[in-house]
Amino acid sequence: MRTIATLGLLLISIAAQAETPQQIRQIYATEAAAQQAGFTPSAKRGETLFRQRFALNDKMPACTSCHTDSPLNIGQHAVTGKSVKPLAVATNAERFADAAKVEKWFGRNCKEVVGRACTPAEKADFVTYMSEVR
Amino acid sequence: MKRLALIALLGCALPAFADRMPLPANTPASFKNECGSCHFAYPPALLAAKDWQRTMAGLKDHFGTEATVDAKTGLEIAAFLERNAGNPDKLGTAGEPPRITQTARFVRKHREVSAKTWRDPRIKSAANCEACHRGAANGSFSEHEITMPSGLR
Repeated sequence: MRTIATLGLLLISIAAQAETPQQIRQIYATEAAAQQAGFTPSAKRGETLFRQRFALNDKMPACTSCHTDSPLNIGQHAVTGKSVKPLAVATNAERFADAAKVEKWFGRNCKEVVGRACTPAEKADFVTYMSEVR
Repeated sequence: MKRLALIALLGCALPAFADRMPLPANTPASFKNECGSCHFAYPPALLAAKDWQRTMAGLKDHFGTEATVDAKTGLEIAAFLERNAGNPDKLGTAGEPPRITQTARFVRKHREVSAKTWRDPRIKSAANCEACHRGAANGSFSEHEITMPSGLR
């Protein structure tokens, strides 16, 4: 009995930590659906966001300024020159595996490049595109 | 046995050389995560303690970027930087806001690098240590371990 209880606890804790791009997309999609009935994430809209030129920031007018025209590629920070691992899950399995980290970078990068916080819908679309792009 | 002792002594002395600056084993993960995402996780010895204090106090506008961290993380990183900071007498002043690249030591060590080299897209910025110091991630800044991007010298 104790073993079963321990095993059960272990499984619960694994589930709580095992964050996948699908789970992270679902968090944002649920949030978006609460604001906008019938919302479904779209990889296409995510790609449009990724390619959009906001041109608010001279050095970083778009996501592509650091992440290159293809999220499958290794990027380069537009100011410091530091190498940036690919955004796409297909070429970087570590992406979208930590909800807090994802939220931190949406927070920073949306503010800096888009000029405002991104909406849950935009985040769901973006994660969907990055999970599906090949 | 004597030779062994000598090698051991040498091993201890090596990290004291200024071009060996590996991050200490007890470097907090927060330092690498917060400070090593947008730029190289610079060895704390490259700035004096008071300059790290000013840097940490100014994260709201960190060279044009909002780089604030939560209070607990900020304290942890600041303590780590100050504990391992460099000798101000050897580094020289770093300007305002403090820049590693403005310290007399950095300027002297890089005086042979031409403006054209700094502008190369593969280097892009003096912040990009690893473009030439290929062993930088392991703490090696030795001039014997410099490999310039092809075509540059």
